[in-house]
Amino acid sequence: MIKIAIASGKGGTGKTMVATSMAFSLAKEHNIQFLDCDVEAPNAHLFLKPEISEVKPAVINVPKIDYNQCILCSRCVDICEFNALAMLGEKIFVFEQLCHGCGSCTIHCPVNAISETPRKIGELNIGNFINDHRYLYGELTISEPMPTPIIRQLKALIREEVEIAILDSPPGASCSVVATLHDADYVILVTEPTPFGLHDLKQMLGVIAQTGSPAGVIINRDGIGDSNLEDYLATTQFPILLKIPYQENIAVGLATGRLLIDILPEIKDAFTDMFLAIKSTLETEVGV
Amino acid sequence: MLSQNKPVKQLVILSGKGGTGKTCLTAALVHLSSQSKTKSIFVDADVDAANLALVVEAKNIETRAFNSSKLAHIDPDLCNNCNKCYEVCRYNAIKIPSNSNESYKVIDLLCDGCASCVYICPQSAIEMVEQQDGEWYFSSSPYGPLFHAELFPAAENTGKLVTLIKQHARLFAEDHNEYPLIIIDGPPGIGCPVISSSAGVDLALLVAEPGLSGLHDLERIIKTLAHFKIPIVICVNKANLYSKGTREILQMAASENITIIGEIPFDNAIPESMARGMPVTKFLPNSPASKEIESVWIEIQKEIFKAE
Repeated sequence: MIKIAIASGKGGTGKTMVATSMAFSLAKEHNIQFLDCDVEAPNAHLFLKPEISEVKPAVINVPKIDYNQCILCSRCVDICEFNALAMLGEKIFVFEQLCHGCGSCTIHCPVNAISETPRKIGELNIGNFINDHRYLYGELTISEPMPTPIIRQLKALIREEVEIAILDSPPGASCSVVATLHDADYVILVTEPTPFGLHDLKQMLGVIAQTGSPAGVIINRDGIGDSNLEDYLATTQFPILLKIPYQENIAVGLATGRLLIDILPEIKDAFTDMFLAIKSTLETEVGV
Repeated sequence: MLSQNKPVKQLVILSGKGGTGKTCLTAALVHLSSQSKTKSIFVDADVDAANLALVVEAKNIETRAFNSSKLAHIDPDLCNNCNKCYEVCRYNAIKIPSNSNESYKVIDLLCDGCASCVYICPQSAIEMVEQQDGEWYFSSSPYGPLFHAELFPAAENTGKLVTLIKQHARLFAEDHNEYPLIIIDGPPGIGCPVISSSAGVDLALLVAEPGLSGLHDLERIIKTLAHFKIPIVICVNKANLYSKGTREILQMAASENITIIGEIPFDNAIPESMARGMPVTKFLPNSPASKEIESVWIEIQKEIFKAE
């Protein structure tokens, strides 16, 4: 299986546009699984229009204290790094929204007074797009702060036997992006030729330097800004995989839920060619 | 010393979806505020992709380290390869050595900092090591003082960093009574840093983009803010690009009883001003976008100070 993640530091650069058109282009000749990992603002389903057949809860396992067993030693309170437990009077209280579900309190309770109970923080939606290509998207429940457990649980549903996994990443360069990218075989970075696009791309290259996966860049809204982005990329080893022109009809088409390859049919081959280029990069890297 | 000032008001700019124009609008509001009676301090709370400083001619005055997260570290001299740390770690962050000459290692990128391994290790070979997660800055600009930050790539604790710089902006406001308002440029999404950006604010201005994705994400950010009981106004950006989408936003806002305080037209003056590193209202004050943002600024002041 090849796992390709589509990411960007800045929001709104066109990650979902690229991911959905790439999925659609590759779906004809390859077996695909699509994961929308932007669980705070998942949008790819608006374009790929999957049929969702199963919805599972995404959960954090939070401690449940058996007060008959608890000896009030406060060991759990002392070891919790997230301040999710507190002793108030003669009782241990759990602050569920602060709990990361690490299980440390359960493991280290000397009298086994702690068990765990799942707390729902979102949903995992499972279905199909086009014919029988697998579609997965996570959705963070409103007012919940932590997207990363949902991303991890979503990725646990990836099937090894499916040829290609396309992961649509959330924006940013911190925990939820790392949770999406850390084991990707290849990362496609989507950016735009503006000062913001360049600044945020550099943040992403910092992430890539730590995850160690090969990466390439797609320049979206080509023509909108200046040449600083390309000048900078020329000083790095990151290839420009594709340039998508800046055209008003693309913006309008996307707003109505159309795929880029339908708005701009001449770009269709570019996605299949890009996949072949990525594949050959990966084969060279692993020496196959 | 007790401050005699009225408490400073806070405005946060959010969108749900990324790239709808939060920073462009914030820069313009900051510029207009500097020319009005409502002088403001501003905060860039999108610490993953901090761009506000690029368009307000910011000059750094002070840089400080942001140390927050802790990661486990295994001392190879004490580790006896018992495998207990591997068994308790729920984040797959412990790397089993490939040969007997190596010891167990922590994969920093995957470590959540829970310290479960520290307490299970019979050799006391693991300790938690504090990490520098980023930097935060105090800068000056022609438009007012700016508090901003950069989280290091792949670092954690965005929410805490946002809370920290907001706190410093409030302290600054208390010491300098010429600033009645703090304007906060928020991050995309609805999770942890968005919740931190919104905590305690008096008003949220949502920048909505017409279209399916924009509408979907707008609904999610509205629900999030409603949960925390934060008053909302909406400004549509690129409103004339897809007028059916703009109508849908107006309908949704009406059904939720939310005021639309402006419809900024698509205007090339905006990308051009960003490329030049200045607010659009300064670059081309008579452009259609600038004119509309001027009226948005008037509406915001009315909305945020209306109780007084």
